[in-house]
Amino acid sequence: MTNWDRFLDSFFNLRVAAEYLPKIIEGFWLTILLAGCIILAGIAAGLALAVVRSFAIRPLNWLIIFLVDLFRALPPLVIIALLYFGLPAAGLSLSGFAAAWLSLSLVLMAFTEEIFWAGITAVPKGQWEAARSTGLRFFQTLTLVVLPQALRMTIPPLTNRTIAITKGTALASVVAVPDILGAAQAGVSFSFNPTPLTLGAIAYVVLFFPVVILGRWVETRFAWKR
Amino acid sequence: MTAATPIVQAPIVQARGIHKHFGALHVLKGVDLVVAERELVFVIGPSGSGKSTLLRCLNRLEDPSGGSITVDGIDMLDRGTDINKARQRIGMVFQSFNLYPHMTALGNVALALRKVLGLDRPAAEARARAALERVHLADRAGHYPGQLSGGQQQRVAIARAIALEPRVMLFDEPTSALDPELVGGVLAAMRELRESGMTMVVVSHEMGFAKAAADRVIFMDDGRILEQGPPAAIFGNPQHERTRAFIGQIERH
Amino acid sequence: MTFDDFLLAFFSLDILRQAWPILWSGFKITLLLSAIVVPLGVIGGTVLALLSTVRSRWVRWPLIAWVDLFRALPPLVLLVFVYAGLPFAGIEVSAIGAVAIGFFLNTGAYYGEVLRAGIESVPRGQLEAARSTGLTRWQTMAHVVLPQAVRNVLPDLISNTLEVVKLTSIASVVALPELLFQARQAQSVTYNATPIMAAAVIYFLLLWPVVRLLSRLENRQIAGRR
Ligand SMILES: Nc1ncnc2c1ncn2[C@@H]1O[C@H](COP(=O)(O)OP(=O)(O)OP(=O)(O)O)[C@@H](O)[C@H]1O
Ligand SMILES: [Mg+2]
Repeated sequence: MTNWDRFLDSFFNLRVAAEYLPKIIEGFWLTILLAGCIILAGIAAGLALAVVRSFAIRPLNWLIIFLVDLFRALPPLVIIALLYFGLPAAGLSLSGFAAAWLSLSLVLMAFTEEIFWAGITAVPKGQWEAARSTGLRFFQTLTLVVLPQALRMTIPPLTNRTIAITKGTALASVVAVPDILGAAQAGVSFSFNPTPLTLGAIAYVVLFFPVVILGRWVETRFAWKR
Repeated sequence: MTAATPIVQAPIVQARGIHKHFGALHVLKGVDLVVAERELVFVIGPSGSGKSTLLRCLNRLEDPSGGSITVDGIDMLDRGTDINKARQRIGMVFQSFNLYPHMTALGNVALALRKVLGLDRPAAEARARAALERVHLADRAGHYPGQLSGGQQQRVAIARAIALEPRVMLFDEPTSALDPELVGGVLAAMRELRESGMTMVVVSHEMGFAKAAADRVIFMDDGRILEQGPPAAIFGNPQHERTRAFIGQIERH
Repeated sequence: MTFDDFLLAFFSLDILRQAWPILWSGFKITLLLSAIVVPLGVIGGTVLALLSTVRSRWVRWPLIAWVDLFRALPPLVLLVFVYAGLPFAGIEVSAIGAVAIGFFLNTGAYYGEVLRAGIESVPRGQLEAARSTGLTRWQTMAHVVLPQAVRNVLPDLISNTLEVVKLTSIASVVALPELLFQARQAQSVTYNATPIMAAAVIYFLLLWPVVRLLSRLENRQIAGRR
């Protein structure tokens, strides 16, 4: 067997591929499910926090700022470990899926709040004043005048963050979630062949390559004018 | 330095049959430009007529699509020519100054002296200081561009170019981005440069400067030189309708 | 779960005292790891960014494909692939070698994108002014364009570096004894979450100042862009 044959036999072994492809596909859907749940919860929570912050209630704002800083400073895997391995010590246990979902949602929430808040503060004061002077109430001004302007500005950074954080779903494999990476690793240890990993890598590229391209497009489409 | 001075010196710039295309757009349609030593050529023309493109072809910031350019005996379009060496002989001043914002005035002037001429830092700075002196900004050597007025920035840009002791200087609307009260200082610096014998090609709308300092005025229209001659002739008695209309427009301002 | 149970599970001083030496050694490894992978990423990113200024499409398209590929693959997938996959190809890599390769590929792509954006943010006139004085392409890049590029994207560079330092926690998956790995070890021996909590606190104390700084810089940036 030449080196090349050996390489193919290791990384592109068709027999192993056929055997583990179904598992990888299951993992693929699980990854998508997890990512979707994270995006929904994280962005909703982040937006809610940003809106609450615009009410300018001092102690509440300090709490929000602290939460945001906390989840920007902590590595996601540390949060996952704390929830998954730590909570049982206090008699409470979360599934791996729930731990990964909660952790990454909190991280996305923090970044989302930060980005939305920056967007809101970037809308000039004159916009608030003009809207209020026409008789719009605070909440109307926020939702009808300020947020639409702020959201547009936040689209590029938010897209990039969301992509980066949803890629973190791979961390769920560390807490025994059979997502793409989890399924691939299990496959490798059963078959003693790295082909499942190759499949896993391909699955991630299939999943995220279009997303990265989308991010590129969004960045130029909604670019800030300098 | 009047227009009547006979021009006998050999040409420094010889550009023949310059064409330039930007994709389908034909911007220069066969321009001939010969500039003699110590001559000041003043270029006017409507927006989009190709004035900037012509200047930028002379030091090959743009590659002409056709024609030949010789500057100080160097064939600018020859593949064998070291373009970076050649550019030392051609100073350029831009409408938007283009000073390096992260360097002081002195640093701006000294950079090419160190990196292109290979001078060590003290020698480069001494020479840079002398160049700043020539534009009366020696006292601003340590200032960053952001701390200087537009007029001062443009004079630093002139110093940056003349520090390399070029044989010819190109000016692309050097005063167009300036507030009116700052124009005078820059024009004065250009006058002094002219009196020191520098060969200059100036694209500008400053008709007063042209009348006082130019040897020759060139009117460009639609990628061609439509007419040229001494300032008195071009401004006083233009031959072409287009020239007359353009000058009338400028002078009404 | 009573509050006391909770305190005991997450904030036991006793456990902390026992676990401290190995947590400390893990912390030092985390710093060391960061000191290796950050410069590696910056170097890789600089090379990519410089290549992106080459106009030829024979450089441009492979480059975009390279960058997007490594942005599409989650870093943990890359790391596992290198660590668990390469031995099958007869290439033995140590944990630290795998981390270095994986991070070089992944974070290099990110630093590359940031620096490319920086280079593109420098006005063309700067380049033209420099070239008109006879500076070469590379001299112009080194003395005129790059210094301004770095300054223009400094917040993004710092932010990226923060993410890279946080990301070193995934090295625990390949058994590199950094902070999270050591905390997990201590936790599994003591059946108590305090070591992981302590690791989280250490990460937070280390990175909080960076998060604060960034939040300042980013607010200024988003406000300045309108
Ligand atoms: N890099 C470029 N790519 C495409 N078209 C260009 C480029 N540079 C200049 N042009 C076009 O070439 C034409 C001539 O431009 P140029 O800048 O030389 O005009 P100009 O005479 O200097 O005008 P102005 O007085 O407005 O500065 C214009 O139509 C311009 O749009
Ligand atoms: Mg022009």
